[in-house]
Amino acid sequence: MSAEDTVSDAAGAISAERFVEISYDEVIPNNVALGSDKQLQRALEGWRPKYLDWWTGMGPVGYQQSEVYLRTAVGVDPAGWAKFGYVKMPTYRWGILLAPKVEGRTIPFGRHKGEPAWQEVPGEHRALLRRLIVVQGDTEPASVEQQRFLGATAPSLYDMRNLFQVNVEEGRHLWAMVYLLVKYFGKDGREEAQALLERQSGQMDNPRILGAFNESTPDWLSFFMFTFFTDRDGKMQLAALAESGFDPLSRTCRFMLTEEAHHMFVGETGVQRTIEATCAAMVKAGIKDPNEVEAVRKLGVVDLPLLQRKLNFHASVTRDLFGSEISSNAAEVFGAGIKGRFNEANLKGDDHVLQDATYPVMRVVDGKLVAEDAPALRALNSRLLDDFIVDCQGGIDRWNKSVEKAGIDFKFVQPHKGFNRRIGEFGGKRISPTGEVLTDDQWNAKSGDWLPNEDDMAFIVSLMKPCHEPGKYASWIAPPRVGVNSQAGDFEYVKIA
Amino acid sequence: MEATQAEVIRQHLIDPEICIRCNTCESTCPVGAITHDSRNYVVDANICNLCMACVPPCPTGSIDNWRQMPRRQAYSIKAQFGWDALPAELSLDELGGSDASNEAALTSARSPQATLDGAGEEAAFEVKAYAAVIPPWSAASPYANLYGPKAATRSVAATVVGNVRVTEAGKDYDTHHIVLDFGAMPFPVLEGQSIGILPPGVDADGRAHHPRQYSVASPRNGERPGYNNVSLTVKRVLEDHQGRPARGIVSNYLCNLNVGDKVEVTGPFGMSFLMPNHPKSAIVMICTGTGSAPMRAMTEWRRRLRKSGKFEGGKLMLFFGARTKEELPYFGPLGNLPKDFIDINFAFSRTPGQPKRYVQDVMRERGADLAPLIADPHAYFYVCGLKAMEEGVVLALRDIASQAGLGWETVGPALKRHGRLHLETY
Repeated sequence: MSAEDTVSDAAGAISAERFVEISYDEVIPNNVALGSDKQLQRALEGWRPKYLDWWTGMGPVGYQQSEVYLRTAVGVDPAGWAKFGYVKMPTYRWGILLAPKVEGRTIPFGRHKGEPAWQEVPGEHRALLRRLIVVQGDTEPASVEQQRFLGATAPSLYDMRNLFQVNVEEGRHLWAMVYLLVKYFGKDGREEAQALLERQSGQMDNPRILGAFNESTPDWLSFFMFTFFTDRDGKMQLAALAESGFDPLSRTCRFMLTEEAHHMFVGETGVQRTIEATCAAMVKAGIKDPNEVEAVRKLGVVDLPLLQRKLNFHASVTRDLFGSEISSNAAEVFGAGIKGRFNEANLKGDDHVLQDATYPVMRVVDGKLVAEDAPALRALNSRLLDDFIVDCQGGIDRWNKSVEKAGIDFKFVQPHKGFNRRIGEFGGKRISPTGEVLTDDQWNAKSGDWLPNEDDMAFIVSLMKPCHEPGKYASWIAPPRVGVNSQAGDFEYVKIA
Repeated sequence: MEATQAEVIRQHLIDPEICIRCNTCESTCPVGAITHDSRNYVVDANICNLCMACVPPCPTGSIDNWRQMPRRQAYSIKAQFGWDALPAELSLDELGGSDASNEAALTSARSPQATLDGAGEEAAFEVKAYAAVIPPWSAASPYANLYGPKAATRSVAATVVGNVRVTEAGKDYDTHHIVLDFGAMPFPVLEGQSIGILPPGVDADGRAHHPRQYSVASPRNGERPGYNNVSLTVKRVLEDHQGRPARGIVSNYLCNLNVGDKVEVTGPFGMSFLMPNHPKSAIVMICTGTGSAPMRAMTEWRRRLRKSGKFEGGKLMLFFGARTKEELPYFGPLGNLPKDFIDINFAFSRTPGQPKRYVQDVMRERGADLAPLIADPHAYFYVCGLKAMEEGVVLALRDIASQAGLGWETVGPALKRHGRLHLETY
């Protein structure tokens, strides 16, 4: 040991070091110095009871008193944001966490490119910014509402836990957006925060803002497809907002992206495990042809053509969320430095202002699909959609590897960009999954092959039997390769009360 | 703690079959070791400092994969980009298992083929199922990455204030105790954390050398209490596994430093290999060679606390392996510690005329004393040294627990969950 003879610290210093954990006294875990901002604290503490009312009234049906093995974020450093433990959902600690501030950050794009990022809302862009935050915020509680009945038919406790993890994190994302509204938009912001709890998914009088968020998520296959495709739209939007010149929005979205990754995971592996169960059952039964639908369904697994139809549906519906391919609104938010492109700060090869640039946009002209160069600024939605399609393809390729590994001759493909669209260049056009422009008659004759039909839905519903024994899985889905937080296979992820 | 071209490293890899390419790890990595192409996310073994910051945030568990590799054969980024699945573990022969410096703990390593795909009859023994990625509950809160490629300041200059040899003279085991002072620059470290050393100069291709990581050997209040300094335990690397001359760039740079020289430092690193601080908490330390650095730090902190008379520590046990006693760092000072303060057990694999003894052999001999500690929630286990010792040590813990009727299926995973078993191997 050291030759130096040593003196010791005062005893007080020793005991003090043990108590460096996050303070549990605060109702809302946060890294935004909430404690020193009494006005903001009161506004949020006032909103919180209404939020909890919403959660118990419109959140998951049942299981609210069950102990669920959830991940809670109590800080934004790697050690702080993944605390695992059993929690009853209504007591989940929804917090406000922003990614660490990058000193000297400048606005990476648009007219204000190179100027210091805004720490306060710039007056000229106030209305635009508020609208964007409200639209993003509205999707968060909407998806919780859409998924509220799924717990009862969970194919395993593991999946049930993942569902509830997604739900509480969507809840936290709502908190994140509400923080921005309340902190930076005064009275308007507080009213918008209130309205976020009042709109309801699928309700006729006061629906959620975006169409796809008013569809119900009736079964687990839909849930997995939704988290794969629709939450990926959320990821793309958050990534674009993470580039924002409004620094608090950028930091909020950057941290949300780390949680969004879990939702991508639930979707991708949910479908993957469904495929694995199907392939394993087919191999075991000696079925080579994926089109022997009846025989495959008898095995209690989902046939691959049906999965392709589900894929077609969710991919196409989600693509509508990107809005019109050509949009002057998108040009304005980009020009104003509010919402960038996917990965904006790392994009090479252009000036990030795009004043004279063009971007090829696909559209239907005289019954034919053509790609036409459009002003890049007005084509930003189209570009984000293209980035989304590329991002989806990675996961689909991995699904196909599973099928290939099992020796089954089948390949999942994304439908053509124009397939089954209601919004944008292809809205109302009839386009096949392979990209042929069709007449209404041609479409009507074939659409049942391309989109889930009534038989499909009835079959899926028949499979949705709960499996609530630790370590057991419903017939149609394979167990995960790795447990949550590396837990063992028979871990009891939900202790059902 | 240095890996030269010839040493075996613990290479961090991402399982491409499980990874969903969400970018969380890349955005989390404090040193920029993770990158991706359109196909895979990969870890650059030249940059990764095993700080584990990426492990808890990964939503899939794909991040938590490790392969023992000779450094010169470490999988390149380019190779990893081409993978559809992780490669098999190398066999001991492929690793050059007979080589001297790696021999300290190889005996109990099982056939790595069995861990490949679970196809073996016995389920693969996965050390990582028991290795904690979170610190003890009473750990002090560490500062990490104050200086580094992603921090506001890339590195900080420290002044060498001491450089002494801590092994007896001999050509193939020259270990130094080096003290670095940070002057007025903040550099708060805890026992078990490590720091990066940026060697001057460039390699044959004209690129700056990669930083190398060393565990601090001094306690939190300084090598000299109340001073802003840290100490390192550095073994001079002079030959590779085949005995051919091969000079470790950073270790030779460090061992040759004179008092007054300046060194560029990054860090601190490490968020989980941290000691418990609550009264009566026990610490079991298992190490080989320069893996003794963090053990020396923890022991010294407990010694200073004990001397203050105001802290009641728990049992300290040290299992320390080396080829011979001559090359054991700190052999002299260790012998001077009171027996009622620390229970020291040496294992020498190359004492002439004696059978080879490895740390896990000595642990088994002390099973009767270790079993109550495995059962005690206030006892924490730390393993530091060559990667090859890892499995043998954990298997020894398993067997000791099982023989004591503790039920390893319950106790083992709890060691991980409660932050009680920490591995740092290279």
